[in-house]
Amino acid sequence: MNTVSRKDTPVLSAQTDTRPPAPKEPEVERVSAFRRVITTVGVQNISLIFAIVLVVAIIGIQNPLFFTVPNLKVIGTAIAIVGLLAVVQTIVIILGALDISVGSIAGLASVTSAMIFTSTSSAAMGVLGAVAIGVVCGLVNGCIIVFGRVNPVIATLATLAAFKGIAQLISDGRAQGYTGADPFFVFLARGTLLGVPTLILVLVLVAVLAHVVLRYTTIGRNIYAVGGNNIASRLGGININRYIIGVYMVTGAVAAIAGILITARTGSGQPISGSEGLELQAITAAALGGAALKGGKGAIAGTILAVILLGVLTNGMTLLGVNTFWQNVAQGTLLVVAVVIQQLRSGERRIGIPG
Amino acid sequence: MTHEPIALRATGITKSFGPVRALRGVELELRSGEVTALMGENGAGKSTLLKILNGDFRPDDGVLSIDGVPTVFGDPADSRAAGLRVIAQEPEIIAAVSVAENIFVGSLGSVAYNRKALLRRTRDELKRWGFDRTIRAEALGSELSPAQRQIVEIMRAVVSKPRIICFDEPTSSLGDDEVTLLFALIRQLQAEGIAVAYVSHRMGEIFKLADRITVLRDGSFVGTQLVAETNHDELVRMMVGRDLSQFFHREPAPLGKTVLELRNVGNQYVDGIDLTVRAGEVVGVAGLVGAGRSELMKTIAGDYQVATGEIVVDDHVWRIRQPADSIRAGIGFAPEERKAEALLLQRSVRDNAALVVLRSLSRWIFVSSRAERALAKTYIDRLRIRTPSAEQMVGNLSGGNQQKVVLARWLATTPKVLLLDEPTRGIDVGAKSEIYAIIDELAHQGVAVIVVSSELPEVLGVSDRIYVMAAGRISGELTRSEASEERILALAMDEDVAA
Repeated sequence: MNTVSRKDTPVLSAQTDTRPPAPKEPEVERVSAFRRVITTVGVQNISLIFAIVLVVAIIGIQNPLFFTVPNLKVIGTAIAIVGLLAVVQTIVIILGALDISVGSIAGLASVTSAMIFTSTSSAAMGVLGAVAIGVVCGLVNGCIIVFGRVNPVIATLATLAAFKGIAQLISDGRAQGYTGADPFFVFLARGTLLGVPTLILVLVLVAVLAHVVLRYTTIGRNIYAVGGNNIASRLGGININRYIIGVYMVTGAVAAIAGILITARTGSGQPISGSEGLELQAITAAALGGAALKGGKGAIAGTILAVILLGVLTNGMTLLGVNTFWQNVAQGTLLVVAVVIQQLRSGERRIGIPG
Repeated sequence: MTHEPIALRATGITKSFGPVRALRGVELELRSGEVTALMGENGAGKSTLLKILNGDFRPDDGVLSIDGVPTVFGDPADSRAAGLRVIAQEPEIIAAVSVAENIFVGSLGSVAYNRKALLRRTRDELKRWGFDRTIRAEALGSELSPAQRQIVEIMRAVVSKPRIICFDEPTSSLGDDEVTLLFALIRQLQAEGIAVAYVSHRMGEIFKLADRITVLRDGSFVGTQLVAETNHDELVRMMVGRDLSQFFHREPAPLGKTVLELRNVGNQYVDGIDLTVRAGEVVGVAGLVGAGRSELMKTIAGDYQVATGEIVVDDHVWRIRQPADSIRAGIGFAPEERKAEALLLQRSVRDNAALVVLRSLSRWIFVSSRAERALAKTYIDRLRIRTPSAEQMVGNLSGGNQQKVVLARWLATTPKVLLLDEPTRGIDVGAKSEIYAIIDELAHQGVAVIVVSSELPEVLGVSDRIYVMAAGRISGELTRSEASEERILALAMDEDVAA
């Protein structure tokens, strides 16, 4: 019954298990255990967990099918691809930027992975080729932003169109190749490892890696610093350009992995279908998870919780037979409500004193 | 002349920002057809007073009367409705529209928009006030020089036919020709019975223009003098006359060899800077706002490129092209804008303190949280940073403790040279003296320290030697025994250098 939510739990606890703050002040008088849990997990994450539980309860009561293992697998695999993009989008947002082109990179990678596979009959070549293309796409984004001094939103808005166009050009606008018979692609799409679907494992792996880098390494700390205050970071000796380009390259690589998963799931390279619009879902999840678009704030744990919430919501509404159009309205409303609550809670500072 | 009617009277104006008392009990009278100069050092409260007149701030206490009727300005629109205009020093100019539209911005909606008529009216007004040769009505906002921008801002005020106009250092961006035109304009305003307030540091201008002079010092009202009855020396005395004994005085530390040397350093902000600092020496850099002090610090710190000359640290010429280079040379820099340029307000004290030395606290790329916490604890204790814990968000600390966090960040690098730009700005008195004690301790440890400050008592109290800057250059150097507020101010207002 509970298998998938169990599988999900380790992800969450891995993310929320923040060791450093725990032993911070042993001599402090005993705060209530409740308080401690709240400060460790974070109010943001607790409200997301609460929302997930609420949605699960409502949907589960109305439709018992919701709790079946196949359905939980459906949810898990459905969120894997958007989850990957949401994880890297969170890193970009923490850096104080945005990458709207991730969906197009995924589409381009999907097509190229299938085409390289078809011409070389090597899955490894297909995967490596697609990832390499993703990295190059990210490098292009980063260079436009850094050397062209273009606002990240505009730069990636432009490459969103350009990368999509390239995917359509090389694929002639059609699905390309057939990967449905290759054992590796089949393993990616439908395989399991220790009972866990591969798609979910890929997401878990990338999310844990991103979490560790952000939280425990100099790289992650500098990403938060650049996003939080780029002048202070520059004066502190951080090479901001290197971080921007690096983060966009990683984002391109992960977007390419998402594209490969799209190819695996559909059995062929898809220039557009399956990837179009993912960038906005990824940004939605990151914002819902508490990442601040002005940078310097956010965490992978929150984003993953938001991805789960959105996945559960979509799946549940489908099960309940809610019109897709209403599903969009519901997602939008959820985001607005969540962000408004965040803003009110953070209590935007009053007008400053004169400089 | 003294019987002109009083257009504006401010009495007992008091205004605080948090712990900082910006104004207390300030008096000001502006009479119709007279020019009243407002003088005082940096931080004396002139700008705050103008902002109150403009309706940007509400005073905590005191009464503002227009023509004898007490008024409260809720916002700038109220101030304008009362016939008062304050001319901004750095005007907001809309880049994409013409001078004409920039001048009449805000009143365009009230008349049917007719571009031709607007241009004609603008030309007439420019001609009337003597600026028709200086600026074209059709020119776009983006094409304007700083002087022309200032003129647009002045025109905005005069075309609205106010009864009171306040100028905030209008000549700082103007050339000689435009200054002459501006003075003619002010005379014309005066002849039309308009009350003029004129803020300036330039004595020469004030004696040429003003009828009365009101002097502020440290947010307090010092006095108002008729120009005919005062002179240069008396004004300087009024501006600086302060009891120095209450301020910090440090014992000089033994001096070592020269650690930092600038040889003829220049770029678009500063020019021909020669400067030396020895180990254990605290060197003050004084000057008026806009003299280029912060720009010089940012040049040394690698944030601005060096165009000419060289920077020498420890007998080694360093090519400093970015802040990372200056850090490598052993230079630490605490900028003036603490919140905007130094702190990660949403991150912890620990994060902020470790920012620059993160690599050395890490094994490969993994940050050792133990080493980091140890670092934070060391400096929380050593600098007495008052924070509940090292995990506290820096944004929640007081200004003084935030400044200590910035100092901690640089002390962690064991710098040879420390540049402190306005280290005590916006900090309460208690924290100030703690910062002075830290500076003193650093000097005794052999660090070469530069302190930029707009507060003369601070510069005098803390420095072994003082450079005075004016218009991007060093206008003079004073030893501790030579230095006095009067001498610093005289060098800072050095109009020969400024022109």
